[in-house]
Formats: sequence, structure tokens, C-alpha cells
Amino acid sequence: MAELIRAKEPFRFYTRLHLTELTGLRATTLSQLLELIRQVPGSCIYHHTHRFLQQHQYLSPEPPNDFAYWVTEILGEDELGEKLASIDTVQYSTIRGLREAIAFTIEDYLESNTLAKLKFSREGEEFHFIKSVSFVLPTDCVAYDLNEFAGILRKITIDSIYFHIFEARLRLEKGHNDFSNWIDSVIGDKELADEISRFDPYSHTLDGLRSVLVKMIENRIAV
Amino acid sequence: MAKLEEYVPIVGQSVVDDLRLLAGKLHGKMVQHINSTPVGGGVAEILSRMVPLLKELGVDTRWDVIKGGEQFFEVTKKFHNALHGKAEEITQRDFDIFMETSRENIKGVNTCGDVVFIHDPQPIALIEKKSDKKWLWRCHIDVSAPDRRVWKFLMDFIMRYDSAVFSSPSFSQRLPIRQFLIPPSIDPLSDKNKDISQETIGAVLRKYRIPQDKPIITQISRFDRLKDPLGVIEAYVRVKKYNNCRLVLAGGSADDDPEGLQVLAEAKEKARQDKDIHILLLPQNNIEINALQRASSVIVQKSIREGFGLTVAEALWKAKPVVASNVGGIPLQIKHKYSGLLCHSIEGASFAIKQLLNSPEYARRLGENGREHIRNNFLLTRHLRDYMLLFLSLYHGDDVVYL
Repeated sequence: MAELIRAKEPFRFYTRLHLTELTGLRATTLSQLLELIRQVPGSCIYHHTHRFLQQHQYLSPEPPNDFAYWVTEILGEDELGEKLASIDTVQYSTIRGLREAIAFTIEDYLESNTLAKLKFSREGEEFHFIKSVSFVLPTDCVAYDLNEFAGILRKITIDSIYFHIFEARLRLEKGHNDFSNWIDSVIGDKELADEISRFDPYSHTLDGLRSVLVKMIENRIAV
Repeated sequence: MAKLEEYVPIVGQSVVDDLRLLAGKLHGKMVQHINSTPVGGGVAEILSRMVPLLKELGVDTRWDVIKGGEQFFEVTKKFHNALHGKAEEITQRDFDIFMETSRENIKGVNTCGDVVFIHDPQPIALIEKKSDKKWLWRCHIDVSAPDRRVWKFLMDFIMRYDSAVFSSPSFSQRLPIRQFLIPPSIDPLSDKNKDISQETIGAVLRKYRIPQDKPIITQISRFDRLKDPLGVIEAYVRVKKYNNCRLVLAGGSADDDPEGLQVLAEAKEKARQDKDIHILLLPQNNIEINALQRASSVIVQKSIREGFGLTVAEALWKAKPVVASNVGGIPLQIKHKYSGLLCHSIEGASFAIKQLLNSPEYARRLGENGREHIRNNFLLTRHLRDYMLLFLSLYHGDDVVYL
């Protein structure tokens, strides 16, 4: 096992807690859904594409986003639901890009399936647009090397992992997740940083994600 | 009363650590809850467990109650029904009675909190006292289709608050103030939800003469038309054609509710021919409710309207498969076919009950998913966290807040 590099700048773990804000905006048809997807704040798009990760963290696979779930289960548009569920969120580095992909998918479907415009939800089953308000707090956990980093990852709150992997990359538009950024720029291990960047965190439960990350770092330490 | 440390084995150390972290950010702020009753009803039940925990966390918290006579509470009961969409005859005199009592409370209640947290419509007019402090209005009622006249009356007050809080997205309205979604919660350490022994469960069943010889289907609810106990009996009758089972309908006393007594009498009449239907008028005994839920193979909540329906969370927390109507806050607790089964009719309810009785492995999986869903989203610790974030949101307007 090689000697571990001790960082000059430690990695401070933050945690993120969220509060759900209501907008009072609701859609009953696909056309309304599309119109509102274009108008609502980015925090709404973020909420409806990431809520499942935290609320159903014990279950996988899960309906990957609220739009896909509503279109399939309420409007019965399975094909569009599948297309929306298959949008590869990890490919987008901004909420703007993700919003455009979702809007384009619905618009394209409506052009070739005009009857879908006539479908509407029953009373009480409308799509309600909701926002996520994030509160970001520093924790006391600080790592100077990969060993300490893996040790903290094993026990840190799931919200912290969520913040550094999902929120930092997409919502705060940092381009990469925080773990890869630190491992590359401070520890200097580009290979491990890339390995973490490359894998798709959306296809895991949050606890599954924790295990995969810990394993990657342990394997690296063992080399 | 349970201490915070006692929640660690249930939700994990990190969740309790986060609560302490947040509480530290509220240092120097005094939070004052105001509602209409110190005991009875869901709001008082939640506050009685939440206020001591907030204090233990170091959040300076007090809880005050407004005063009101019989006439005032008759009017607010009418408001409550009207907000639920029930037809009520509400006169100008009713609005006058509401304002007379409100004026007395405006004089009498000391609103000293840095954050004044008003629960439900009864104390809503206290907003007249708002100065430079932060004011929140918490609506615990299903206002998805409110009586427009009562809603308009309340809106004059609501729009002067800093923020409003609702239990379900379907209750939200277009408002000129910020509004947040905070569902209610259950306390896993309360008598109604804590683990109890098989002996206790057996003793309760013996007390009510319920043999454990066949699967038990249960609905725990007041005898109220909105809870549709007669519909539950009809669903059971359809199931009974194919599956030998028992039905337990258990609910609280209805002495002060003439309509409730009528519904109870109708349920008893409908059940008269079938000795496997047990209709229990329970005193407020949370251990007994806990035991009945734990003894059941399937739990039903076939409400026609529902504020939130915490009996669903109680059942899921006990890992029970649940069949419930797709109304109010129930779809937040049950994702159809993942953590329970949703229904829209008597036929749908009976079909779902049969499915669960005939597929015990599927039923077990739904129940276990349901328990985890409740652990992550509907326990008191999540509610405490949301309330502290809500208080902090009053001082920060952005969508991403660095504390």
C-alpha cells in the first residue's frame, strides 16, 4: 500500500437539508405541463427530477422523476413516460439543459401524438409544481487524506453525500461532483477522480451510492 | 416524554446530529406556537410532543392557547367543515361572533415570539398584532375545495402573514406570500406507535372478543361519513365471498357528535347478521389502537375526504399492508403498488384487500416498503427538522441558503 498523500487543504463535508416550497401552480394536461415546465423556476425542475432520490432512498429502481410518473400513471401515456424516465440526467451540467431536454421530449411527443393533448387528469390528480429550498451547513467532519475521507463517508449523513454528488454538480453548476474536484485538484489522483465522475449516481439508492464510493476509495488505497 | 437520544436507534445518529446543528442556527430566536386547545385533536397531540423536543434542542419555545366560548367554537367548527368543502349555512352573525372573540384574544394573548406560529383558523386574526416580528400560519385542514366565502374571509388575514404552511400540495392555492409543504408526522415512541409485546396484543384481542382464527381487516377511524365505515363493510362483504376473514371497525367516542352516533348505529345495523364483524367504540386508548393495528393482516382507510390521514402512517410504520383511498394526504404516504394500494371505490377496495390476503409475500413487501417510507418522511424527527428550516426560511429568501 503506497503512502497516502496528506492534503494541505482538507475536504470539509457539508450537509444539505431541504424545505419544500409550494407554488400553487398545477397542470391537468400535457400542454399545461409543458407550458409550466418552461416557466417555473429552476428549483422546481430540480425538485421534480431529484425528489425521488431522497424520499424513496430505500427503493431501487424507482420512478426516476415526477414528470415521468405523472405522465404514465395519471395520463396513461406510457411511451412518453418511458422517454421522460430515460432522460440521462447525469449528462446535463445545468438545470437549464435538463429543463430543455424535458420540454423538448414532451413537445416532440405532442407533435406526433395529437390525441395525447386531449388527455386530462382527474380532479385531485393534477401535477403540482413544487420547489426545493436548500439549506447548506458545514459539518465538523474534515478529511486530510483518502483514508480519513473513506472513514467519514462510511458514517456521514446521507444528505451530505447527496449534496456533494448531486447538488454541487447540477444545481450549483460546478461541473463535477465535489469529491472528484478535491481528489483531483488537492490529492492529485486524477484517475480516482475520473472514476467517481464517470459513474452514474442516479442508478443507485443513496446507501448504495455510499457503498460504491467507499469501495472505490478503499480499492485505491489498497493499490 | 421521550428524549432525543431515544430516537437515535430508529432514525440514526446523523438525523439527530442534523437537528442539533439546525437548532444552533436558531440561537437567540424565540418561537411561540399558538393554537386553540391544549389537549385533544391532532394539532395539540403533535405540539405536546414537539415542544419539549424543541426545548431539549435548545430552541427557546413556548406554546400558548387562545380562549373562546361555546359559540366561538361552534362557528369555527362550521368554518372547518366549510373549508373541507361541506355545505354549511354561515351567517354574518357567525363572522361577527368569530371577530368578537378574536378581538378579545388580540387584547389578551401576549404575542412575544420572534417567530409567532399560528395553527389553524381559530387564532388567525391575531395577525392584527403583527409588528416587525415574523408570523407563520399553519393550515392543518384539507382546503383543496374550500367554501369560497369562508376562504375569502380568511384570505384577508392569511396574506398578512410572512408564510403559510400546508400538509399536501393539493391544498395549496395561489397566494401572495410564500407557502411551504410540511406534512404532519407520527411519533414512533408514543403509545400508539411504539413496539408492544404479543401478550399485550393478545390481551386486547381477548378484551374485545376478537379471535385470531382468521385474517383481520381493520379500519381505525371516527364513525364519520367522511371515513365511510359503511363502504368498508360493503368492501368486506365482497371479500368474504372468497376469503374467510374478520372485519374490525374501531373508533373513538362520538358522544358530542349526533351524526357520528347515527353513522355508528347504521354500521351496527349493517353488521348485525355477521358475527365476524366487530364494531368497537373505543375510549381514547392508544395502546389498544396500537394492538389492533398490529393484530391486523390488512389495514383499510377508505376515507371520502381526509385532512392527512395519519392512521395510514401509523399502519405503515407497523409494516402493515394498507388499502386506502386516493384522497387528501394519503397519496403522499402511499405510492400505489410500491408502499400500499390506493383505491377509488368500494369495488376497488375489495379487489385490493383480496390481492393482499391472497399474496402474503406481496403484502409483506408493500408493508416493509411502507415502513421505510414512513421512517424517511413521516416521523416526528423529520417534522422537527422541517419546522426549524421553516423558521430559518423567514430570515433567508433564496432557494439555496448557506448557513
